[in-house]
Amino acid sequence: MKSYDIVIVGGGPAGLAAAVAAKKAGNDSILILERDHELGGILNQCIHNGFGLHTFKEELTGPEYASRYIDQVLELGIDYRLNTMVMDIAPDKTVTAMNREDGMFTVPAKAVILAMGCRERPRGALNIPGYRPAGIYSAGTAQRLVNIEGYMPGKEVVILGSGDIGLIMARRMTFEGAKVQCVAEIMPYSGGLKRNIVQCLNDYNIPLLLSHTVVDIKGRERVEGVTIAEVDGNMKPIPGTEKFYSCDTLMLSTGLIPENELSRSAGVAMNPVTSGPVVNESFETSIEGVFACGNVLHVHDLVDYVSEEAAKAGEHAAAYVANGREEAAEDITVTAKGGARYTVPSTVSLDRLGDLLTIRFRVGAVYKDAFVSVYLDDERVTHQKKRIIAPGEMEQVILKKEQLTSHEGLKNITVTVETE
Amino acid sequence: MYDIIIIGAGVTGAAVARELSRYDARICVLEREEDVCCGTSKANSAIVHAGFDAAEGSLMARFNVRGNELMEGLAKDLDIPFKRNGSLVVCIHKEELDGLKDLYDRGVKNGVPDLKILSREELLEMEPNLSENAEGALYAPTGGIICPFKLNIALAENAFVNGVEFRFNTRAEQLTRDEEGLWHIRTNNGEYVTRYVVNAAGLYSDYFHNMVSEKKIHITPRRGDYCILDKETGDLVEKTIFPQPSKMGKGILVAPTIHGNLFVGPTAVDIEDKESTATTQDGIAQLIEKGGMYVKDLPIKKVITSFAGLRAHEDGHEFILGEPEDAPHFIDCAGIESPGLTSCPAIGEYIAEMMRDMMDLKEKENWIGTRKDVVSTEGLSLEERNALIKENPAFGTIICRCESVTEGEILDAIHRPLGARSLDGVKRRTRAGMGRCQAGFCSPRVMEILHRELGLPMEEIKKSSGKSNMVFYRTKEEGGHTA
Repeated sequence: MKSYDIVIVGGGPAGLAAAVAAKKAGNDSILILERDHELGGILNQCIHNGFGLHTFKEELTGPEYASRYIDQVLELGIDYRLNTMVMDIAPDKTVTAMNREDGMFTVPAKAVILAMGCRERPRGALNIPGYRPAGIYSAGTAQRLVNIEGYMPGKEVVILGSGDIGLIMARRMTFEGAKVQCVAEIMPYSGGLKRNIVQCLNDYNIPLLLSHTVVDIKGRERVEGVTIAEVDGNMKPIPGTEKFYSCDTLMLSTGLIPENELSRSAGVAMNPVTSGPVVNESFETSIEGVFACGNVLHVHDLVDYVSEEAAKAGEHAAAYVANGREEAAEDITVTAKGGARYTVPSTVSLDRLGDLLTIRFRVGAVYKDAFVSVYLDDERVTHQKKRIIAPGEMEQVILKKEQLTSHEGLKNITVTVETE
Repeated sequence: MYDIIIIGAGVTGAAVARELSRYDARICVLEREEDVCCGTSKANSAIVHAGFDAAEGSLMARFNVRGNELMEGLAKDLDIPFKRNGSLVVCIHKEELDGLKDLYDRGVKNGVPDLKILSREELLEMEPNLSENAEGALYAPTGGIICPFKLNIALAENAFVNGVEFRFNTRAEQLTRDEEGLWHIRTNNGEYVTRYVVNAAGLYSDYFHNMVSEKKIHITPRRGDYCILDKETGDLVEKTIFPQPSKMGKGILVAPTIHGNLFVGPTAVDIEDKESTATTQDGIAQLIEKGGMYVKDLPIKKVITSFAGLRAHEDGHEFILGEPEDAPHFIDCAGIESPGLTSCPAIGEYIAEMMRDMMDLKEKENWIGTRKDVVSTEGLSLEERNALIKENPAFGTIICRCESVTEGEILDAIHRPLGARSLDGVKRRTRAGMGRCQAGFCSPRVMEILHRELGLPMEEIKKSSGKSNMVFYRTKEEGGHTA
């Protein structure tokens, strides 16, 4: 296989937006490697609406949103390979991939964009006791079976975890005639978007049991029911609160894990909080010329932000290929403190930064009437009151470059949540 | 009519079948599940024990040591992975050190080669991630690890290729002996008649034994919970780490698996229900606590799955092998608990030779003693992969991304002798679905392949036996819940 300037690993929303932006930034040698049989990634199975409100100012379904980018990729003549699994990314940016037609092949690249997305946390990782019958599905797998393959994985469903896919699937299964008994969430708050709780649970009278978890799974061959118990402040089940729910299916929506096996083996430095790469303002990882964007970087709730972030990664990758690594001012660190769990990016170089710096982060608990604050070294420059800040919704602060340059000798930017 | 019917296609039944397949005889294996390796054989520690633990002079000691000797050659012949990684019985209290000497002496008497008692320093040099509290250990270099699924599957496949019949989804229910001395086995799939019966029914071996003999035996299901950890933790320890054994068994181990994961387990709880393979909260909590006593910073957060297995514990804690006095032509392989997996090659050899002599069986001229495993693409070079893909493009498509299993491997698993017919069958033969995402990614894809290759409707694709169907109906085709 010939060499490319930019190889993009993954043809989902992040990979597509990165490719389009890199092309528009002037690079003509881009290859997208996608493991599925079509471009679009997980959006293809997200047939519900609600995508694109920020990007296109209209409400699209997942496949519609994806097609806006796929059309651009086709129009711009960007190369891509489907049914192709990337097997390895070497630190020198040689990408090894494999498919039926080309066999196993290597593609030397000047820049690599990591856009592999994320996977779902499985039952095994949750230590849920009980049997291991058929009928235990991660919500995304069930979504694929229903929306892509066209089969019903269950008729009577309990959902554990209130992540967005679980909420969406509660409604989806209801539409297809299944009875969704309840959604149990071990935390005292939901992990999903508020609008999904309203539109997917409340509208269909599906109970959301906060501070509850599954403590037993019954059924040797197929799930026959689950026992749900309330949990205490340490997330330990409270004896005496157990209640049995009859069901043939247990769906899990208990968290997404950025899929960074390739990044790790390439030697990319990881952030233990996000399980994604550590990146700078240009979405560049610890390996020069290797960029990361989308859910492989940190798990998003809105695809619009994935596209925005990925477009920047694409532009920076194109600039890197065109200009190489330019001499730049020393990095400013970005730190999460207090309620903020992490920030993307982790470092900023003022020379490489555009006009605006967007810092995205998530909080570790629910805050009401709290303030999102930003400190430049010790000086507080942002103190923005928010009615509610929740772990399920990604937050952002936007700083102007002038703010940063006018703060002489800036070493650190801190993002924190303050109660007053 | 058969010459020999073996009840149970676990590792013992399969080992006996394979050894008996050397002889001219009509042999059939009855298995209640849809595949081989569905009971105790699929849920155990997968350790090839050295043999220092079993009581001196016991059948367990004899068959353990012999089984360990045979395993290496057998693994080569059957093309399955086996590694002598060595075993360590680690003491974390000074007062346990005397117990080590007893184990050492017992091991020497049992004929275990190359045993050695290690000082704290020698031990920590060998296994630097052990607990700071480690005081010393018994080291048995002949201890090993194996893939229990592949061992069971390979033995059965090899038996099948040599003419042994297998009847799946066939549950033996009643045994009676007619006036001519023939055994009649009533099953859910009709009656089978045979001259000889081998009772390799695992947890139910007491049920069949007691049906034909007045000398009763009693099997207690002894449940053990296990956790399997992500492959990134697989090199935490190189050897199998045992605590000191107790009357409930060999204790909670921490060990690498042959495929590079780490496992912690098993617990030991005596229960009544022979079907109760559910894990428990207490069990998992115990694993976390006790496993953590022997290694530093056990990365328990990296658990990818947990499961429970049931040991077929006979009251006398001893293998019961051979013909009861009052049940002619009924051959027990009962009470096969640890070191049962290790012992199976020796049990197969012993039972087959015994039956050869009893039945005056003649060796086949064309017996095939070897087989090739499912093609594994793991670790192949680019050139080797491409040669394979050129021959069959299915080897170019990854189906299980966590374990890098290709479609070609899955097709091989389905179409080979005694091939896979379920998701679990594919999983045990290829590891598709055994990785860190636990089949979230590959299960719809494997379902699709099974559907296509076996010509079964999607609604009939199962995880394993019985009613373990994966999906119920096509969307829009039925009225759903109320239909």
